[in-house]
Amino acid sequence: MNATGTHGSAIARNSAARVELQSPALCFPAYPVAGLAGASFKPEHLPSILADRERRFFEVHAENYMGAGGTPHRSLELIRRDYPVSLHGVCMSIGGPDALDKTHLERFRRAVERYEPALVSEHLAWSTHEGIHFNDLLPLPYNAATLARVCAHIDEVQEAIRRPILLENPSSYLTFRASTMSETDFVREIAKQTGCGLLLDVNNVYVSATNQGFSARDYLSNFPLSRVGEIHLAGHARQSDDEAEPLLIDSHDVPVADDVWQLYEFAISRVGAIPTLIEWDSNLPGWPILKAEADKVQAVLDRVNSGHYYAA
Amino acid sequence: MPRESSHTDTRPLGYAAAFFPALLNPDLETPSLVIGPKGKSAAKRYNIYRNNVTVSLIEALAAVFPAVQRITGVEFFRAMARCYVREMVPSSPLLFEYGHEFPEFIERYAYASEMPWLADVARIERGWLDAYHAADAYPLSTHDLADSTREQLIELKFAPHPTTRIIRSRFAAVTIFAANRTDGPFGEINAAEPEDALITRPQYDVVLRRLRPGGAAFLLALLDGRPLGAAVASALNAAPSFDIAANIAGAIEAGAFMTTRVGGPM
Repeated sequence: MNATGTHGSAIARNSAARVELQSPALCFPAYPVAGLAGASFKPEHLPSILADRERRFFEVHAENYMGAGGTPHRSLELIRRDYPVSLHGVCMSIGGPDALDKTHLERFRRAVERYEPALVSEHLAWSTHEGIHFNDLLPLPYNAATLARVCAHIDEVQEAIRRPILLENPSSYLTFRASTMSETDFVREIAKQTGCGLLLDVNNVYVSATNQGFSARDYLSNFPLSRVGEIHLAGHARQSDDEAEPLLIDSHDVPVADDVWQLYEFAISRVGAIPTLIEWDSNLPGWPILKAEADKVQAVLDRVNSGHYYAA
Repeated sequence: MPRESSHTDTRPLGYAAAFFPALLNPDLETPSLVIGPKGKSAAKRYNIYRNNVTVSLIEALAAVFPAVQRITGVEFFRAMARCYVREMVPSSPLLFEYGHEFPEFIERYAYASEMPWLADVARIERGWLDAYHAADAYPLSTHDLADSTREQLIELKFAPHPTTRIIRSRFAAVTIFAANRTDGPFGEINAAEPEDALITRPQYDVVLRRLRPGGAAFLLALLDGRPLGAAVASALNAAPSFDIAANIAGAIEAGAFMTTRVGGPM
């Protein structure tokens, strides 16, 4: 099909300009994100957020804005017009052994180009293998072979989007016999080799520490905090393992737990007022509840910024 | 089903190949390459990933097919979706593209055989979401045809708008779909009444219309690149009562087309 109708004997009935509604070359304001609290952006909250106009940033899952057109893009344009946006990739499968999906990488590149996000991040995990998309953040062993593969993938992403990404630490439930490095050593080496920053998910640290029986504060002390460009906070669910001991699930469907707030204050006392996001992805509350969680974060960040801060 | 021995791929990058087969196959044991801390078992731990994968894909289908779920009830839907997920894992990380084979699956799903119209409702619902995410474009307006002579009109070809979808049903799938996309009550529906759907999205809101007699034959001919005169002939052949003016005006008003041209390939 030749949509513009310029061939042969054809009579073009409409001007070419009408044919494809090009997204106008939007030039969004370069809002700074430093010292801000953020919240996951969910379309259900759009009217409340637009009426709100507060100091905040919003994070979106990049994949939700990879359709060709329609309402999702319109909504994100409205958000991006008024707020700094963090583009959070969920499905790049950076931690997988397979080559990155070039089509997906190109979609990701276009989303970065289109929305000029203040922050761009992805996960230390895999979700696609042999052409199957599992829609979950799956774990990997930490050793020299996986380190080399992950670094190659991050180099490829950063070359494509022409900027560094922030890599998020996973929540983990089990370990691999083939692991030879600690997670903190693994991410430190990745940051060193690729120049990427890190997204420190404090809830993931707490979940992993409980599940694996290590000290969350030790983990943070060993974490390369100087590379952290964003922090995530979220709620988790509680189950039990085969030995009837607590097994926490990174569920993003409830408020942030008290222990995680304390761990956050411990982290923030060491890294300073890093942009911090409240993640909430299912069992979504009304905007006032999510907003109240974000306001709580903002209060902590403002205390850090004003210097009146004493670590818990 | 025999239990396969645990997957023990020992290549340095063989972890994904060893980890994934049991994710969607409950008959397989926990892969032996993973362990819990301090020598603990990893069975329940691995099951978290099994559960995440299956439940998140079921939820992705429920998000694509809310009317189907409302019709069947949540429990029925989740059981049906679980079977589909195990048979048709997604290949794209974009979950709003998942479930294109779900209508055909519903046709084969024995427990749904008492709802022969359910697959067509799913087709409309899948088409609705395709239109929702399709590319933005200005639709053709009736003004664009105002100065055409009758001879020109007969030869006119129409390029479809990127959001346009036509779904034909032997059942009242349009009415059933519309009644189940909202929570409100609805009156009795004669499911045996055949209906054809036109789905468009002239700007941001998806529009669903029930086509008049001959309307589907007419639009499918136009979407196939045939000129207006030939499309009218197909429509009259399908339904002698076909109303040319009402069908053209209705389709243009719905935003079904993007441009027109005379001659050449569309």
